[in-house]
Amino acid sequence: MSYTAQRQASIVVIAAGVSDPSSTQMLADRIATKSVEALAGLGVAAMVTVVPVASLAGDVVTATVGGLRSAELNAAIEAIASADAIVAATPVYKAGLSGLFKSFIDILDNDIMIAKPVVLAVTAGSPRHALVVEDQLRPLFAYLRALAVPTAIAATPEDWAQPDLGVRIARAATELAHIVNSGLAGAIADATWADHRHEYAGVATRSADGAINLESSLMKLAAGGTLTKPA
Amino acid sequence: MLLALGRWMGTLVGTVPHGVVQDGTVPILAEGCMALPSGRSGGNGIHAQACNVEQGMTTNSSGMQFGIFSVSDISRNPVTGQTPSEAERIEGMIQIAQRADEVGLDVFAIGEHHNPPFFSSSPTTLLAAIAATTKQIVVSTATTLITTNDPVKIAEDYAMLQHVAKGRMDLMLGRGNTVPVYPWFGKDISQGLPLALENYNLLHQLWSEDVVDWEGSFRTPLQGFTSTPRPLDDVAPFIWHGSIRTPEIAEQAAYYGNGYFANNILAPSFHFKPLVDFYRQRFEHYGHGTKEQAIVGLGGQAFIGRTSQGARDQYRPYFEGSPIYGHAYSLDDYIAQTPTSVGSVQEVIDKTLTFQEGFGDYQRQLWNLDAAGLPLEMVLEQVEILGTEVVPVLRRELASRRSPGAADAPTHASRVLAKYGDAAARQPRPNPNRGGNVTGTSPYQDSDAAYRVDYPEVF
Repeated sequence: MSYTAQRQASIVVIAAGVSDPSSTQMLADRIATKSVEALAGLGVAAMVTVVPVASLAGDVVTATVGGLRSAELNAAIEAIASADAIVAATPVYKAGLSGLFKSFIDILDNDIMIAKPVVLAVTAGSPRHALVVEDQLRPLFAYLRALAVPTAIAATPEDWAQPDLGVRIARAATELAHIVNSGLAGAIADATWADHRHEYAGVATRSADGAINLESSLMKLAAGGTLTKPA
Repeated sequence: MLLALGRWMGTLVGTVPHGVVQDGTVPILAEGCMALPSGRSGGNGIHAQACNVEQGMTTNSSGMQFGIFSVSDISRNPVTGQTPSEAERIEGMIQIAQRADEVGLDVFAIGEHHNPPFFSSSPTTLLAAIAATTKQIVVSTATTLITTNDPVKIAEDYAMLQHVAKGRMDLMLGRGNTVPVYPWFGKDISQGLPLALENYNLLHQLWSEDVVDWEGSFRTPLQGFTSTPRPLDDVAPFIWHGSIRTPEIAEQAAYYGNGYFANNILAPSFHFKPLVDFYRQRFEHYGHGTKEQAIVGLGGQAFIGRTSQGARDQYRPYFEGSPIYGHAYSLDDYIAQTPTSVGSVQEVIDKTLTFQEGFGDYQRQLWNLDAAGLPLEMVLEQVEILGTEVVPVLRRELASRRSPGAADAPTHASRVLAKYGDAAARQPRPNPNRGGNVTGTSPYQDSDAAYRVDYPEVF
């Protein structure tokens, strides 16, 4: 173990398990731990912050219904905004992703994860639900323009006794570490930021500066101009 | 390697977005007269009026205006279970405005809605009735829909209101927040923002120029069109642009040197500061004055009681019974996290003073007092306490904190003075009907004869 690494990265774990101990949290922790190891192997020191969605459940509902966010919720959202990588883990309920997890994702700014590498993970009570991670989580993070790594993890009760789960976790962690190490996410976000629609004064990292394009056609219309008509 | 795995400990707590409060000392002028540099729409006459306020006058020509705004909701009183009729609420609203005038408030503003449970589909009619039965209060809107109304009709209706109110009016433009209003009025909500921007560009032109030739993307072109009546004294009503999230609207307000209003409700404290700051910067960019001289208005919500606890006890059933608030928040959290003031006179004063600390010197403060089904008698009492106990203290306090560079709230009188100085204001007199109900090629006796109006050809 070395503290001499020059580069640092932050990993934020979004885990929507509700029991204690929670298998979803355990899965997310294993992925995060492996990711830290994989990054260390590439000379990157990683720090993990866990957003335990269950403990923010009331705040998530209040924000959904009324729009106001608690300080704790804001802190969690800002941690996500400044994260270099994300581990997103949810239990499967009623053949789908957890409503609490989806509600939490729903209150995030659309541009908060642009090109961020994400490991997708679900825990399920039966192998018949294993594809929820591909069918439901991957499209959700595609909407957010996140960079979900190729390997997604589904852990069912029998998986916990199988070494294969560890192999898949290590593979996803390695994929994540290489994307983080490459600087690809920042390069993509920098290069495409102006092309995405942004929430004014939002929390996404690049929102703080230069989010307003004064040269847009709407800004010109605002300043007494006319809309350019398609030919 | 750092590994901080485990329950998230909340060490990241403490960053409150948008909650930036300006730091620094506030200059206090010993004499209490606000020194006004030449920057904005003011001359010596305005300066003198600003000093009068310090001497206890409560005219609306002071540096800052205080008033109330209503969305015109007809809400069930959650305590009695009764819902006022439309007739009762409309009559009540006129009484509220009249009481606001009597107790020295400067502004009464009403929203525009086109569906129940709201009544204010035709704000100019209501405001004309209020202007006719009040003495000094400025009537305004919060907001007039610049998206779904024809800007030509806005120009006509509000110029007419300006005449009958003898200049005691202005208006605030907004995009509206009710989705079906767009299709009801034949508009496309996905074009809401360009519609708002283009419509105001036209409205500005209609009030600035006697004869308008115009073509845009959303409306029938205009050829040789004169909006009548011309604005009172040929000075257009002052425009506020209301917006809660749209930099383009702040940009438009800045470009034209108009006011920018943040409703300051239903959101965390100082949530709107980035937009207000952006407007101030752009106002300066366009050469209307320094960013401190930009014209900023803020909303707010208040319930004022004799004591802190008394106010909360009295207001709580209305808050909790409101479908907007009660289902989502506790009253105490809401008071702590948002600009809403519920408390004693002093608490409401103190909270309002934080607005100036956070947003900088501003020109107009409006409170919503009548939502959530409060009965009329209670609203009238609130208006009275606001006008007689809260606002007089705020006038004094905010005037003493005001930077010498801050602009006065624009009024018709100040805008006439800025345009004409000591000269007489223009009073357009039309040329005679030349047949076909039009004046021919020149609309007014003082129109430039060299400029010939071309009417559209009709087949």
